[in-house]
Parts: sequence; C-alpha cells; structure tokens
Amino acid sequence: MVMRHDADATTALLEQVNHGLNSSTALRIQGGNSKAFLGRKVDGEVLDTRAHRGIVSYDPTELVITARAGTPLVELEAALDEAGQMLTCEPAQFGGAATLGGMVAAGLSGPRRPWSGAVRDLVLGARLITGMGKHLRFGGEVMKNVAGYDLSRLLAGSFGCLGVITEVSLKVLPKPRQCLSLRLEMDAALALQKLAEWGQQPIPLSAASHDGRALHLRLEGGEGSVAAARERLGGELLDSAYWAGLREQRLSFFADPRPLWRLSVPSSTGVLTLPGEQLIDWGGAQRWLKSDADAALIRQTVAAVGGHATCFTAGHCDSPFQPLAAPLLRYHRQLKTQLDPQGIFNPGRMYAEV
Amino acid sequence: MSILYDERVDGPLPNVDKPALLAALREQLPDMEVLHTVEDLKPYECDGLSAYTTTPMLVVLPERIEQVEQLLKLCYQRNVPVVARGAGTGLSGGALPLAQGILLVMARFKHILEVNPEGRFARVQPGVRNLAISQAVAPYDLYYAPDPSSQIACSIGGNVAENAGGVHCLKYGLTVHNLLKVEILTVEGERMTLGSDALDSPGFDLLALFTGSEGMLGIITEVTVKLLPKPQVAKVLLASFDSVEKAGRAVGEIIAAGIIPGGLEMMDNLAIRAAEDFIHAGYPVEAEAILLCELDGVEADVHDECVRVEAVLTQAGATEVRLARDEAERIRFWAGRKNAFPAVGRLSPDYYCMDGTIPRRELPGVLKGISDLSEEFGLRVANVFHAGDGNMHPLILFDANQPGELERAETLGGKILELCVKVGGSITGEHGVGREKINQMCSQFNSDELTLFHAVKAAFDPRGLLNPGKNIPTLHRCAEFGSMHVHHGKLPFPELERF
Repeated sequence: MVMRHDADATTALLEQVNHGLNSSTALRIQGGNSKAFLGRKVDGEVLDTRAHRGIVSYDPTELVITARAGTPLVELEAALDEAGQMLTCEPAQFGGAATLGGMVAAGLSGPRRPWSGAVRDLVLGARLITGMGKHLRFGGEVMKNVAGYDLSRLLAGSFGCLGVITEVSLKVLPKPRQCLSLRLEMDAALALQKLAEWGQQPIPLSAASHDGRALHLRLEGGEGSVAAARERLGGELLDSAYWAGLREQRLSFFADPRPLWRLSVPSSTGVLTLPGEQLIDWGGAQRWLKSDADAALIRQTVAAVGGHATCFTAGHCDSPFQPLAAPLLRYHRQLKTQLDPQGIFNPGRMYAEV
Repeated sequence: MSILYDERVDGPLPNVDKPALLAALREQLPDMEVLHTVEDLKPYECDGLSAYTTTPMLVVLPERIEQVEQLLKLCYQRNVPVVARGAGTGLSGGALPLAQGILLVMARFKHILEVNPEGRFARVQPGVRNLAISQAVAPYDLYYAPDPSSQIACSIGGNVAENAGGVHCLKYGLTVHNLLKVEILTVEGERMTLGSDALDSPGFDLLALFTGSEGMLGIITEVTVKLLPKPQVAKVLLASFDSVEKAGRAVGEIIAAGIIPGGLEMMDNLAIRAAEDFIHAGYPVEAEAILLCELDGVEADVHDECVRVEAVLTQAGATEVRLARDEAERIRFWAGRKNAFPAVGRLSPDYYCMDGTIPRRELPGVLKGISDLSEEFGLRVANVFHAGDGNMHPLILFDANQPGELERAETLGGKILELCVKVGGSITGEHGVGREKINQMCSQFNSDELTLFHAVKAAFDPRGLLNPGKNIPTLHRCAEFGSMHVHHGKLPFPELERF
C-alpha cells in the first residue's frame, strides 16, 4: 500500500543531523509531538521526522512490517488491519498524531502489554542516524537474530537520546478470532487478588483494569476458550470501547485536573495507599494515579514494592522519570557519551545528565 | 584465517604474569577454588564448539557472589582479561578461553532463590539449568518458556548471555522476552540491577542490551525469569511433502490462516532418514520434507486449530497429514526432531551445525543454494529448520580426520551464512557469534556499524577486559577477512562475494 505522502527523507534528516554536529546545535527530535508532555523540556532545533514516512515492506505471512519513523500509527495500523493483523503492544495513537518513531522512542505500550509484550518486544530491527552522522542498520526483518549487540531494542524507550530512529521493523501477529469484554463489580483489593490467581491459569486474558468501581476484563482467543472463560468468570458484557479509552487516556479518570502519574509495580502488588485517585491497568502491573502528593512520597511508596513512578504531567516535576541509582546513571552517561559524543540528540529529555 | 585469538588482528592483550596472579588470588581469595595445572585446566579448554580449544591461564570456580565481586576488582586492578562461562554448552565458542586470561566458571551458582507463583516469576542464580527452572515451578502448573535443545544441561546465565532460543520462539519469544531482571557485576566489580520486578524500569533498556551480549558488558550474577501457565493441551501434526518448496509454502499458509503454532519445525530428507534410523519416530522416510506443527493452549481452541491446520496442509499439497494419536506419539514425533543433531552425527564422523536465519519466503532459494554449495564442496548437508521463525540449522557432514575436511566444512558454513545475509537474514539466530562467526560479522555489518558496537562496548568495558575477541570483530580482522575473500575469488558463487 503506497500512500500519497510516502517519501524517503533520509538525505534531509542526515543533513540536519550533520549540520547539528558541525554547529554543535542540540536537536529536539519529534514526530507528531503527541507525547510532548512526557519527559523533561529539551532546548534545541526541532528535527521533524514526519516527512520521512511510508511502509517500506509488509508481507503478512512473514509477520513483519517495516516502515519509516514518520509514518502515522493510524496509517500503519490500518494496513495491518486490512490483512487481519495488529501491533500487539496496542500503542496509543493520541488523536491520530502519533508516529511509529515516537511509539518506539517513548516505548509506551497499551493494555495488552503483560500478555503480549511491550513495544521493545516487537522490535526486530531499526535504522538510526548516529552521533557520528552515519545512517546505520541494526537487527533486521527476521524473528531471531543475535548477531552483535541488540541496539534496536535498546532504542525502544530511549526517547531519542541515542540517535534519530529513521526506520523500524516490527513483529506483528494475527488478530484473535474472538474478542469479548466483561465488567465484574468488585473492589480493587479483590480484583488484584483474583488477577493474581487467574494469572497462574491458562485463561485467555488480554487486558485487565480496575477503574475504582469494577474490574474490566478482555478475553481474546479462539471461540472455545473465550466462551469457556466467559462462562466461568461471569459478570456483564462490556463495550470494548473501554480499552481504547484507557489506551488513549480518555476515560473520565484522566480528566481529573491533578497531576497524572504512571506507577509501574510488580503485578502481584496489593492496593497502594497514596493520596488521590487510582486506576489499575496491566492486570495490576501498571497503576495510574491522579494526585497532588509529593513526588518523593509517591516514589518512596512505589520503590518500596519494587516499582518506579513516572510523572505524565508536563512541567510538574523536574525529574519526571524515576532517578537512577548512581552506578546505573554513570553507565547511562557513558553510553550517551559513546553514542552521542556531542550530546546533540534530545539532551536532558530523560535525565538532566543524559 | 583461524578463528582463535590472534593479537595481530584482534588487538593486543595485556601481559599477565601467571605466578603473580595465582599468588594474588590465593592471598585475596583464599577460599575460592583456582585451577592452574595443565591437567586441571584441560577440561575447560573449549565449550560446545569443541573443534576449537585454548587452554586458559587459570580457571576459577567461585561459590559466592562476593568472591566474583572481589575477583573482578582484582582483575580490573591488575588488567587481567576475564572470560565467563556457564555450563559450557554454547555452540559458537562464546566461552572459548584465552591463554592470557582467567576463565570464570559460574556453574556452581545453582540455587533457585525464589519462586513466586502469584507474581509468576522465579529468581535464580546464573548456574541453574534451564530445565531445572521449569521442573521447580511445575507444582504450580507454571513453566519457563525458552527451551534450547541443550536445556537439560545449559545454564540460565549462559541463556541470557546468548539470548537463547528454542523450538517455541515464534509464539513465546526468545530469552529477552522472558526476563524481568538481571543482577550484574560490572568490569570494575560494581553491582548493578537491570530491569526490575515490575514490567519495565526507568532509563535505557539495558536489560535488552545485556541479553545476548555474550559476556562482553558485565557478569550476570542473578536472573529473574517470567513464568507462564502451562498450556492445557498440546497436539502435534506431522505433514509429509514431496518437495521442500511445498513444505515451505505450507508454513506461510498456516500463518496466513491466522494461526501461530507453539512450534513449527521442518526437516529435509537426509535429516528425516537420520532421525528415523536413530529414534524410530515413525517419520515417512520417502518424504522430501516433513513439517511438525504443534498447537497448544486451551483444549477447545487447540482442537479447532488442528482442524484448520490440517485443511491448510492438505490444501498446500501435503501427501499425508497425521495427528499424534496420544501423548506417547506426540513425544515420539518430537523426539525425532530433538535428536536430529545426534542422529545426523551417526551418519558421519563429524558434523558442523549452522544457525542462520532468513525471511521464510526465501527458504526455497536458500535450500537450493545450500544444495548447490554442498555439491560444490563435496560435503553432505542435512537441514533442520525452525520454520516458524526462519531459523535454519544446516548440518554439514565431514570427517575431521581427512586432511582439509574441517576447513572445507568451515568455508562451506561461512558461505551458507553469507547466503543468509544476502537474502536479508542473519548469521546467527540463537547460537551467538562467539568466536565461531566472528569473520561472518564482517559480512552482516559495515565498518560504521561495527564501530558503533565497539562504542557500546567502550561504555561498559573501556579496557576490553571482558571476553576479549568475541562477538564483534575488529575492523582490522574484517579488512584481513575481506582481502582473503578477494584472494579466494576462484570459489564458486561469485555473487556471494559482493559485500
């Protein structure tokens, strides 16, 4: 499928990076800029990837799609949909602006993540403009590839700090034959307990969220397994639009004016006591928090159970990502220095020192 | 061009004074076992790639992580190279020792530290065997998914270092997809945690970077793996084909039908005959190719999918499709495949196992290329293939006692890997680069890409003390290798020489 706007803008992107390198100008890499709220503010010249767009290759029987970084996710997912396939990480499209490059750079995964893997789990290969001004290729279009270091997966969630992602190959999967959503009235504590129990059983869950009032489940699989689980779990049928609302942060929970925090915790963690409202996602492994509480209190509470907290409200917190332990931060800096010696790619977006 | 460490092309190694090092170890780590005599060192001279041997300067066998920590500090201080090794089952020479370095054996760290069924994870020491994890969590109806064929013996630390695969990767992923957290020691002996007990962790995804890094970036001291509920049922279909092309197309058709099998394996006629002769699995010895398709999950779905897959296979031209009647037959069908390597080994004094990956659609062309190369080099090649994920294991049959045959087998192997790269694949799907494929890395990556790999290494180990010479070739080696390529331009398939 060739779209009207498909274009290879490699030359222009390389030129801008090389100009940045020659003039020591920091670059603020952006696609649809739909995740500008996330991370620290970057001062620099905008490098817009959106002119570099289009699907480069897609063969459904290979279960691999390769596309340029500026390709809108909406377009990519439409092509997959046509072939009965999907991105299992269920990324947010944020009003249709989100691009493939942004999805990989931010590494944000949707409700299916605990069962089908994160963005990084789907990455098979990537092309990257480096801090040496080279356009290089790592990984590839095959499912298994252990030649060299796994740089393409490292790019997932690196927020553009290690280079400009120009092209990505992803593993895709067929859509399930059957999909059904349920709503079960119960409190959060019981929901978490049930989820821990069901997690040890072969139930075809593909999403589980508690919105403060009820547990919402999505079942995906063959006709037989979905029907059997439906019978066993009970509850009432739920409109599947709930999951898009959750993924896109459009549920009424997200309208609360207080700062939004993402708490990533071990899935079997019980109810977390923190000021504000919470919404449970990822079967317990991701908790959304709307709270005025101090960052320190939130981070302490979450770290105590083995997790970490990210502030999703722009400008609320100088270090939106959980600070790193000293040796880990040192190796982050060393990696940044090696791959981006002049520090021109999104400097400070994740951490002031990186 | 030998794959053994060659300082002229692989870079100079520090000069290590063995008696002084031994004395320092005895003084600072008096309760750690150190091997230093020729006869004690001999058993450690190779890993699973036994054609290549190097006697290490010293072998250390720590039993406590504190000893490893202190050892690394000592080695860093004295500038001593360290090669880490688990169970030593690796097939690419990733744990091949250095004559001027210490071999750090992690095999004694055998404790399963925690099994958490509610959290579906197990925390284990690096020397725990892959299969031992699944056995330990079986009472909870859970298991650890990656199952390399060496799973009885291979250790989880090595699995992480190599990003080990297995026969169920298409559906359940590689090692990297089944990890939550690793504890590592840096080259300086600092402790660091990568990943977390949650599904992600702040900062760069160093867990992904370290997985498959072949002991070049740090030493793994603890691994937390994800556990999955055991599938309720697993069924296996065995389909016979009168051509490998048809079998290859059938694989694409199964996936086009929206089905992701738990396992999908292909064997060619030579492999079928070898396996049948050895295991009596009930394979059709007249078939040009067979497909083994395992469907697992909830009973109702599996039954349904068996019907669908059978129809697809028949449509794709299978001459026969058999569903394993019972568990015993299912196990027998798998036994033939899982023993394909030793079975092929019975056909020939020696065999050399390759590990290339290709886009599946390229299979017929690549098999044809392999068959042409096999004829050209006068060596038989049997093919077993993780068909679902495009991972080929051509087995080259040779006799090391015949002068020149090993070299011929290696050259043939190198050609096969270059063919994989040419069609958009990779020189290694799951065995790793190690020392074995160090030259072929020059075919898959250009000098700028290799330079970036070296930059990554420099971020974690600037002095190059961890597993020197593995995984990433020096540009010097590639230049030498490249000039050899031109020199041997008389070899067939000149089109393979264009990189």
